[in-house]
Amino acid sequence: MHFYTYDGSFEGLLTVVFEAYERKAWPTAIEPEQLAQPSMFGETVQVVTDEGKANRVWQGLKKRLSASALESLYYTYLWEQSGLERLIFDYARLVFDSPESVEGNYTAPFVLQVQQIHKQVHREKHRMEAFVRFQKTADGLYYASISPDFNVLPLIVRHFEKRYADQRWAIYDASRRYGVYYDLRQTSFVQLENPGVTPRQQGKLSADQYDENETRYQMLWQVYFDHVNIPERKNPKLHLRHIPRRYWKYLSEKQPRLL
Amino acid sequence: MNDKVIGKLKILADAAKYDVSCSSSGGKRKNENKGLGNAEGMGICHSYTEDGRCVSLLKILLTNFCIYDCAYCVTRKSNDVQRAAFTVQEVVDLTINFYRRNYIEGLFLSSGIFKNADYTMERLVRVAKKLRQEEKFNGYIHLKTIPGASEELIKEAGLYADRLSVNIELPSEQSLQSLAPEKNYSEILLPMGSIKDQLVQAKEESKLFKATPKFAPAGQSTQLIVGATAESDRQILQLSDQLYKGYSLKRVYYSGYVPVSTDSRLSIITEPPIIRENRIYQADWLMRFYGFDVKELLDEAQPNLDLDIDPKLGWALRNRHFFPLEINTADYEMILRVPGIGVKSAKNIISARRFAPLHFEHLRQMGVVLKRAKYFITCQTKSLQRQDFDSEQLRRRILFGEGSVRSALLTQQLDLFRQVG
Repeated sequence: MHFYTYDGSFEGLLTVVFEAYERKAWPTAIEPEQLAQPSMFGETVQVVTDEGKANRVWQGLKKRLSASALESLYYTYLWEQSGLERLIFDYARLVFDSPESVEGNYTAPFVLQVQQIHKQVHREKHRMEAFVRFQKTADGLYYASISPDFNVLPLIVRHFEKRYADQRWAIYDASRRYGVYYDLRQTSFVQLENPGVTPRQQGKLSADQYDENETRYQMLWQVYFDHVNIPERKNPKLHLRHIPRRYWKYLSEKQPRLL
Repeated sequence: MNDKVIGKLKILADAAKYDVSCSSSGGKRKNENKGLGNAEGMGICHSYTEDGRCVSLLKILLTNFCIYDCAYCVTRKSNDVQRAAFTVQEVVDLTINFYRRNYIEGLFLSSGIFKNADYTMERLVRVAKKLRQEEKFNGYIHLKTIPGASEELIKEAGLYADRLSVNIELPSEQSLQSLAPEKNYSEILLPMGSIKDQLVQAKEESKLFKATPKFAPAGQSTQLIVGATAESDRQILQLSDQLYKGYSLKRVYYSGYVPVSTDSRLSIITEPPIIRENRIYQADWLMRFYGFDVKELLDEAQPNLDLDIDPKLGWALRNRHFFPLEINTADYEMILRVPGIGVKSAKNIISARRFAPLHFEHLRQMGVVLKRAKYFITCQTKSLQRQDFDSEQLRRRILFGEGSVRSALLTQQLDLFRQVG
């Protein structure tokens, strides 16, 4: 029995794939270091992330997979649910051991599962592109907090860079406690360390930090939202399917009316 | 300025909401000038109203003053409603500030007709021009084309807008004459034809010259009102079919009529025909993505869609001789026609069966709705049912049997009937 631990990074996980092949010792389980329980039986391999090894695995996958399949593997990592290591490992192993491409072989359970995860993560990414609500601060920064189901913040950066090339903006993932900041030239990852506050308060703006017109536009948006609705067609079930309650806390149109 | 804009927004959003188009996709406008916005690729619904419709664009009228008196329209001259008009600058400010906060994908601007068609159209174009040229705005712009506006203005509109639309509203010339005597079909179809010609021309030229200015890259669309007048579903869908084929429309939208008038020329309804509208949309999808011809869905004997079951199931029940279909060998085109199998699962099936013969369990995992599909397919000659049913029995089994739930909308509307009756 071979237990592998890694540092929780994507490169670390790819390094595990490399080590397993080098040792010809297929993992019984792969776990992030901080979660791993010491085992009485078998051998535990503590894999140290190695960029060179990770890159070789990635290049090997690249030769055999399309861009969208590679994306699916990365999305599976960002999915952050338990069992993701196993899925990525099994998928990679199938790729390396099959003479032909395995893409589209939905009769293999983990190929189908990776595709379905891709869909889930993609949907959350798309939701964040839709549900981010920037608030303009007094110093001209457009700021938003989110707490997505999966770790999609790295995936939405490109979208917002292209869209808001001429304004400074920041998006903060309150549940994962990190954010991104675009300064008109480039985007960087940032930490907001403020240990005293709860995740919900963390990164929340108060009205006195607002630009002078911010409240007015939030109000106008609420007015618009209320008046574009057709009461005769009310359909709460459909409404909730599109916009589940857990997203409401960051949506200005779902806050108490300002007018 | 503050309070005035709020008041105007209330009136002019209210007046624009019966236009159901909300699409923001298909634009190819990239942010190349380090300006604001980007409208390439997928559309985004930024929010949803309580009626479950997508909010993608700031959809407003420039004004609801109107010289026309179309019976079905909330903005008609004789209707006693508050009137308002935005200035060009007010619309620009709202659009930019909403867009910067990620509330919207862009602007959908329509208008009541004041003075005359050209005067109105010229104002709409001015808003779009200002957004593009002064604000360097690359977000999505959908402009309504005012019937009767000059060709030059339409041409100019196409330079700034991603999509243009002319609403037909009433699905037959006869209804139009009775409800909107100031309008006629040729006046509506004329700008549609000219937009189509310009689209073709711009495409041809862009093959020759890279720098050809874009003309409405997301194409044109229109809207038909369902249920205000007596047209059958067949008449409506035949018209759509002609519009898709003859005018290369990107979309025809259907708007279940919400009673906004008690005019005696209109059908008397109390509730918007939501289920009917939904069935028509399903049929429209079948025509555009599933390879169905309008003749296969409706004919003289059956001019209206079945409200209880979707049109694809309806077709399958009328055409049992095509089934059962062997999933491991059937053509993609036929697999698409199986009730319970959508475009995505059909593609997955084609892809997966290259590797191994498929079982029902594979299909279920790929997202096929076996509850429906099982009556129409076999997997390696095996079937999931032991009995043969005739179409009527099948219909009942799918609708009521085996714990199948009817669509929430249908139940809702049936409940309403019960309350009334």
